[in-house]
Amino acid sequence: MTAYRQHIPLFWWLRQWSYLVFVLRELSSVFVAWFVVYLLMLVSAIGDGTYADFQAWSGHGWVLVLNVVALAFLLLHAVTWFALAPRAMVVPHVPPWVVLVAHYLAWIVLSAGVAWVVLLR
Amino acid sequence: MSTITMEVTRYRPGEDSEPTVQSYEVPLRKEWAVLDGLNHIKDHLDGTLSYRWSCRMGICGSCGMTVNGRPVLSCASFLVDYAPGPVRVEPLRNFPVIRDLVVDISDFMEKLPRVKPWLIADPPEEGEFLQTPEEMDEYKKYSMCINCMLCYSACPVYALEPEFLGPAAIALGQRYNLDSRDHGAEDRRDVLASAEGAWACTFVGECSTACPKGVDPAGAIQRYKLTAAVAAMKDFLMPRGARR
Ligand code: SF4
Ligand code: FES
Repeated sequence: MTAYRQHIPLFWWLRQWSYLVFVLRELSSVFVAWFVVYLLMLVSAIGDGTYADFQAWSGHGWVLVLNVVALAFLLLHAVTWFALAPRAMVVPHVPPWVVLVAHYLAWIVLSAGVAWVVLLR
Repeated sequence: MSTITMEVTRYRPGEDSEPTVQSYEVPLRKEWAVLDGLNHIKDHLDGTLSYRWSCRMGICGSCGMTVNGRPVLSCASFLVDYAPGPVRVEPLRNFPVIRDLVVDISDFMEKLPRVKPWLIADPPEEGEFLQTPEEMDEYKKYSMCINCMLCYSACPVYALEPEFLGPAAIALGQRYNLDSRDHGAEDRRDVLASAEGAWACTFVGECSTACPKGVDPAGAIQRYKLTAAVAAMKDFLMPRGARR
């Protein structure tokens, strides 16, 4: 049989908003990895007593820009991941929006905890 | 009477090296679906046009096509909603085209039995299986699938990784996993929880948007991911005898 194989156009991901978000989310994993590396560098700088150097390096323009872009991708990652939570966790007698709100509350509490450690200690 | 232009993809195997587009003028009637337009072409304008259909009422799942870029049932999409036109009618994406608007879905037909979409249960000791309405609600929406393939056509993961088991197959596995009469979840796990199974899905969500029967395959897959993760944790933490 000579069936015709439909090919995927190069810019298929511009066809629909949801496809674009999908590609951006796939890309976000690179930035998630970057933040892990950055965090490890921070921890090792504290360990070595070179935290001041690390801070100065983090203040460079390109590091700042990289981190702002990475933050944007991480937010996309987190928000879309949370959007999935109510569909994945079907808890009997608990409406889906409660599951969603619980996730955001947990996020806020944890972020506040981290901010407290970083800014006030 | 007003008319609307239908731009239909044609592909004649053995003659065409790739698909072409052919335009037809069909009457624009408010009660006509895209499928009625195609039937008008076939009956009055060009008998060589090939496409699949049967029930004309969203039950058989055979009339899926890409209309103006979206996967839809052509019997459930009305021409007036595309007025003034033109209406672009293409075969479902992500499947090989056999002829004109007819696609080859053997890939799905091969994958479907892998999820064992049947009740895995010993017959009841006596009488029949009993099930409460609440127990039925657990899986009912997944049982509404008509195998129309709109979800596969909408899924970019399936487009890029053809090994992906795909939305409907996973939803149908869940249809039985969540059935109170069934005990086959463990038998289905190897397939559903594999890299080509639920884990290949990155929750684009377009399958659920495209589904004409409200099956919500994206939800079924995310739900299965959690089930699979919990089962894997149990395997890891518990001694063999204590599982389940
Ligand atoms: S899940 Fe929905 S879109 Fe997919 S084959 Fe079944 S009915 Fe069609
Ligand atoms: S013709 Fe049966 S679903 Fe459209």
